[in-house]
Amino acid sequence: MSEKKSKKVTIDMNINGEKVETDILAADLLLDVIRNNLGLTGAKPGCLNGDCGACTVIINQKPMKSCLTLAIEVGDKEITTIEGLLHSPVQKAFVDEFAFQCGYCTPGFILNSHALLMNDPNPNKEKITEWLSSNICRCTGYKEIENAIQAVMTKTHNKNDSD
Amino acid sequence: MIPYDFRYYKPTSIKEAADLYQTITAEGGKPVYYSGGTEIITLSRLNLVYTDAVIDIKSIPECQEWGFHHEELIIGAALPLSFFDEKRDFPLLTETAREIADYTARNKITIGGNICGQIFYREGVLPFLLLDSQVLIAGESGVRRQSLKEVFIETLTLKDGEFLVQLTTKKIDLRLPALSVKKRQQWKTGYPLLTVASVKKDGLLRFAFSGVCPFPFRSEQMEVVLNDRKKPYEERVLDSFKYLPKPVLNDTEGSSEYRLFVLKNTIIDFLKKLEGDQRE
Ligand SMILES: Cc1cc2nc3c(=O)[nH]c(=O)nc-3n(C[C@H](O)[C@H](O)[C@H](O)COP(=O)(O)OP(=O)(O)OC[C@H]3O[C@@H](n4cnc5c(N)ncnc54)[C@H](O)[C@@H]3O)c2cc1C
Ligand code: FES
Ligand code: FES
Repeated sequence: MSEKKSKKVTIDMNINGEKVETDILAADLLLDVIRNNLGLTGAKPGCLNGDCGACTVIINQKPMKSCLTLAIEVGDKEITTIEGLLHSPVQKAFVDEFAFQCGYCTPGFILNSHALLMNDPNPNKEKITEWLSSNICRCTGYKEIENAIQAVMTKTHNKNDSD
Repeated sequence: MIPYDFRYYKPTSIKEAADLYQTITAEGGKPVYYSGGTEIITLSRLNLVYTDAVIDIKSIPECQEWGFHHEELIIGAALPLSFFDEKRDFPLLTETAREIADYTARNKITIGGNICGQIFYREGVLPFLLLDSQVLIAGESGVRRQSLKEVFIETLTLKDGEFLVQLTTKKIDLRLPALSVKKRQQWKTGYPLLTVASVKKDGLLRFAFSGVCPFPFRSEQMEVVLNDRKKPYEERVLDSFKYLPKPVLNDTEGSSEYRLFVLKNTIIDFLKKLEGDQRE
């Protein structure tokens, strides 16, 4: 795809299971398009530098930082934001384990944790730490967040055992 | 927000990409090749990079290649660093790439972008420098294959309009005894204080470094001294420092004295482990 400088282009996006059409500039960040064009404000602007993970979304099953991605790059991909994550056990576990305080980082952490468990339902401690180190929280200790992931894993095992 | 707009192109062949670059330049434009795009985005936001056309190379099949061909492993330049976590054919690359940035960022940063980037650590190049890899470079006049050693002099020296398509490494070398260690001042992710990588081939150790000088390098002069088994470890390491390229970094990550102290201890650890053949 190519377009003239400073001219809006229309792209199709596949977001939270819906197809939407939106007008963007080629230089628009995915983060800005999700928030400003689509009104999905769960992904947060933090450092805008790839360091904090507050802007994390899931693209084709992988957690990605939407501040490091152009919207024009992802037209053909499946995107999930926190608004599209309905009834993920990770969400309830974050509440039960007190894994947030102010909540600014929480959508990013939940999406990262959800993607982790989707890719590997039984990650070891090293892998959990490796994935979670993509996100920064200024309020809680990271322990509660790890506990939330462990709680989901335990619940899934118990359920599988009793099935 | 990026403070300016640009045109976006997504070529599907090497020739299309190289031709686009020439055409845009001939029209007075300022194109850049775009791989993971993370550096272009973050530096553009700070007005440290300007372009009016990005040429995204991720849809070029050769840039996404991974596989063995004629006893060599071919690695496409647009493969994201997290890809090497999943593929374990090149353990030293897996080990080195895993320490770059953080997992989520590694889903976007590519090996070619890391090697060609302005941010000077370029840790991804270390395994390739150590194993005498070859590079496939494309440009206006077609594709050329060259030894990385000849073209990587502090940075990958490309002519205007050229881009890195692939890296190739001999299959026989992929499983040599090897180590890569990244030392950070703090935290588990992000830029290094320094990174040391080493392989043992034909009984001799090779060393490559990032974060010691403002560019990654392999020093064969240092290797000669470091392999002199007649001398004790510490003496060898201190003697080898005579051949360190200049300048040694002295910045917020660490003073040059501190870096040399950590470097000395890290190399001694490597000598103990690899000379003692603990990993063979
Ligand atoms: C959060 C974060 C943490 C980081 N931590 C580390 C770290 O620990 N260690 C480290 O070494 N680096 C680190 N980096 C830096 C990163 O590796 C570089 O900025 C790298 O350039 C990004 O790769 P990319 O694929 O996104 O590059 P891009 O943004 O696509 O490109 C970077 C530059 O390289 C050029 N380029 C890209 N591909 C090619 C090609 N195939 N041929 C020719 N030119 C090309 C582009 O034109 C551009 O000038 C980090 C970056 C981020 C965002
Ligand atoms: S806002 Fe994207 S990583 Fe901080
Ligand atoms: S809960 Fe406040 S930043 Fe994480």
